[in-house]
Amino acid sequence: MTRRLAPTDAVIIGFGWTGMIMAEALTAAGLRVVAIERGPMRDTAQSFPPATAPDELRYAIRGDMLLPTAEETITFRNHLDQHALPVRKWGSFLPGSGVGGSGVHWNGHTWRLRPEDFALRSATIARYGRHFIPPDMTIQDWPVSYAELEPFYDGFEYLCGTSGQAGNLRGAIQPGGNPFEGPRARGYPTPPLTMPYGPTLFAEAAAGMGYHPFPLPTGNLSQPYTNPHGVVLGQCSYCGFCERFGCGNYAKASPQTTLLPVLTRRPALSLRTGCEVLRIVTDSTGKRATGVVYVDDKGEEWEQPAELVLLCAFMLDNVRLLLLSGIGAPYEPRAGTGVVGRNYAYQTVSAVQLFFEDKIFNPFIGAGGLGMVVDDFNGDSFDHGPAGFIGGAWLTQLASNGRPILARPTPPGTPRWGAAWKAATAHYYNRSLGLVASGSSSSHRGAFLDLDPGYTDRHGRPLMRMTFDFHPNDLRMSEYVTDRLAGIGRAMGPSRMAVFKRHAPYDIRPYQTTHVVGGAAMGAHPETSVVNRYLQSWDVSNLFVLGGSAFPQNSSYNPTGTIGALALWAASAITGHYLRAPGPLA
Amino acid sequence: MRPEALRRRDLLASSAMALVLAACAGPASLPPPAAEAAPFFTAEEAATIAAAVDRLIPPDAATPGGREAGCADFIDRQLAGPYGRSADLYMRPPFAEGIPQQGPQSPLTPARRYRQALAALATYCRNAYAGQEFAQLPPAEQDRILRGLEAGSLHLPGANGHAFFELLLANTMEGFFADPIYGGNRDMAGWRMVGFPGTRYDYRDYVALHNQPYPLPPVGLAGRPAWHQPA
Repeated sequence: MTRRLAPTDAVIIGFGWTGMIMAEALTAAGLRVVAIERGPMRDTAQSFPPATAPDELRYAIRGDMLLPTAEETITFRNHLDQHALPVRKWGSFLPGSGVGGSGVHWNGHTWRLRPEDFALRSATIARYGRHFIPPDMTIQDWPVSYAELEPFYDGFEYLCGTSGQAGNLRGAIQPGGNPFEGPRARGYPTPPLTMPYGPTLFAEAAAGMGYHPFPLPTGNLSQPYTNPHGVVLGQCSYCGFCERFGCGNYAKASPQTTLLPVLTRRPALSLRTGCEVLRIVTDSTGKRATGVVYVDDKGEEWEQPAELVLLCAFMLDNVRLLLLSGIGAPYEPRAGTGVVGRNYAYQTVSAVQLFFEDKIFNPFIGAGGLGMVVDDFNGDSFDHGPAGFIGGAWLTQLASNGRPILARPTPPGTPRWGAAWKAATAHYYNRSLGLVASGSSSSHRGAFLDLDPGYTDRHGRPLMRMTFDFHPNDLRMSEYVTDRLAGIGRAMGPSRMAVFKRHAPYDIRPYQTTHVVGGAAMGAHPETSVVNRYLQSWDVSNLFVLGGSAFPQNSSYNPTGTIGALALWAASAITGHYLRAPGPLA
Repeated sequence: MRPEALRRRDLLASSAMALVLAACAGPASLPPPAAEAAPFFTAEEAATIAAAVDRLIPPDAATPGGREAGCADFIDRQLAGPYGRSADLYMRPPFAEGIPQQGPQSPLTPARRYRQALAALATYCRNAYAGQEFAQLPPAEQDRILRGLEAGSLHLPGANGHAFFELLLANTMEGFFADPIYGGNRDMAGWRMVGFPGTRYDYRDYVALHNQPYPLPPVGLAGRPAWHQPA
């Protein structure tokens, strides 16, 4: 039996970055808000203090911060004609769970998309012609421009205290920053982190080749910072336990370290953890959400009526809840019709490993976003017409960690065990560097999300089914940028080098990136998008869908900066316009 | 009192502390308990694993091997806990065989895979080596068997030898390099081998010192052995 609770003004599904940004904005506007979170409460002092946080086995290997697949997973296949099977153990990407969501265990990379990324389709046509876009590619322009989002990028960076070096201040190119970035109104709130040896060598080699290295903008803070809400973040200690871990130093921007201390003092907010939303409820017209139904940790079902519904879960859950709730037309890949689940995209990541004899790097001195970057082979920095691809990559030497269960590279040809393995591991652990190319991912007709016809979760609901393989365009791009990455690697003077290019088929097992996006794309037309430019459902105007699900394709950049900016942009539209006159905003 | 006995007592104390913390903070913050007993393997299984981890990570003049580093104890404890029964994993049927890039689809938990493969390995060794057990074989023969399992060229009766080898290798490396609270990486042998300082958690004074050795020895979540010696 589903019991009905007292109505509230707004209900938030999922209490990570976008859920907390919405909770802050809506309670500040005077609304009563109920936030429903599937996972446990997490905060720094009790959940991941320095006494227990640096535990590689527990967090990086067993995945203690992650969504247990026993609770929910997806099924996966490369192509439409294959039978999808469940992902029983996370590998390629790592969804989080609990208060803070994946914003607890992220690395901290805080990027803005470039201006040309927002006009990907039209800019490609303008530069290379209509025929340059492969016919099965469904890339589209964002319904919002860089200039419109700039104040909200700024807002997110100042919420987080992001450490970095501006490259373009109101049109003036700044030395030491990314000369290819869009103009920003002001610099980063905190200066870049101090670079260890590896990124420094990378930057020297890249600069020597005429490229433009700059420090990666990151939410691992170079110095203590007080954000506009009065919340104080600490200084990064370069501990080397960042991605897959919570930060015991309050030094990594996360929902916990930027917003939670404010929200716990807002009586208008009620947070229910251990509660999983089963569906969004709509009225008889299907055009209006009346609330949500959720199940608590005792298995009891509750209906929470609300005037406004904010879908703020991980992108896979956003798309799945839309499908399970019957909101929006499901994408049909054979016909190319429908929108929910359309334009799923990933990223195309490749790597180069360098081995030295005469240098040591102390790889355990690290932070999630401690690296130097070259952005010369990305977006429209260069003419990618002759190379025959759309997109690009940023290249980096990232000093993120030297945690030895996973980070113990040996040169190609080394046995995986025995005396020779042991000798090579002892020698090269401290004498090796990894370079990474983080590349874009095009949306295309064969990459999509829908409900699995067979496998179900613990509540008996269908799992999400993912169908994905790399588009040939993205593999051409990756090949090109990996060659450039290897060129920088060679200039760094290693004794040996191993190049790891990305090949099809896409493999769900090895970790690549957690930047899964799309499926509830934002757009200018309801025929090709799920939400409008304010992340408002075209079908149900009192429902907003936030997060990476809104991306119409993926750029090379880590998505959290854009996810945060879009959440602030949508919150501004809701509090500034929607609440005064509820209804479609576009 | 022997130093080893002291360490065991301290481990017990830290387990008790963990329970107190857990009572205050809820299960999310519970540090994994340092199990005292060797709870999963039979004596014969334990002997086989101890021999195998010492071939995967053989001792040398500079560093102990997998056996002395406690890799077998580590695996034993892991298999007795939630990892051993795939407690967090999606284990709903049907278990269809897919293409490799769809990931593992076996209904076997790690505990069941070890039990099944170790029984099959025991049978294989008794048949092939005139009744001897794996642990009694000369190192070269043990290596030959492990290489055969790794390559998939040596078939165990009623078990997937290759999948077992991959699991054993992964768990052995975990045991060699995980924090010592889990029973492996004894005296931080794995960390010392590569020069990993463990859980120091603060390198601000060293980040700008390029191409220079880090001067301090490793520490773990429960400190260092030297901290537990009698005064």
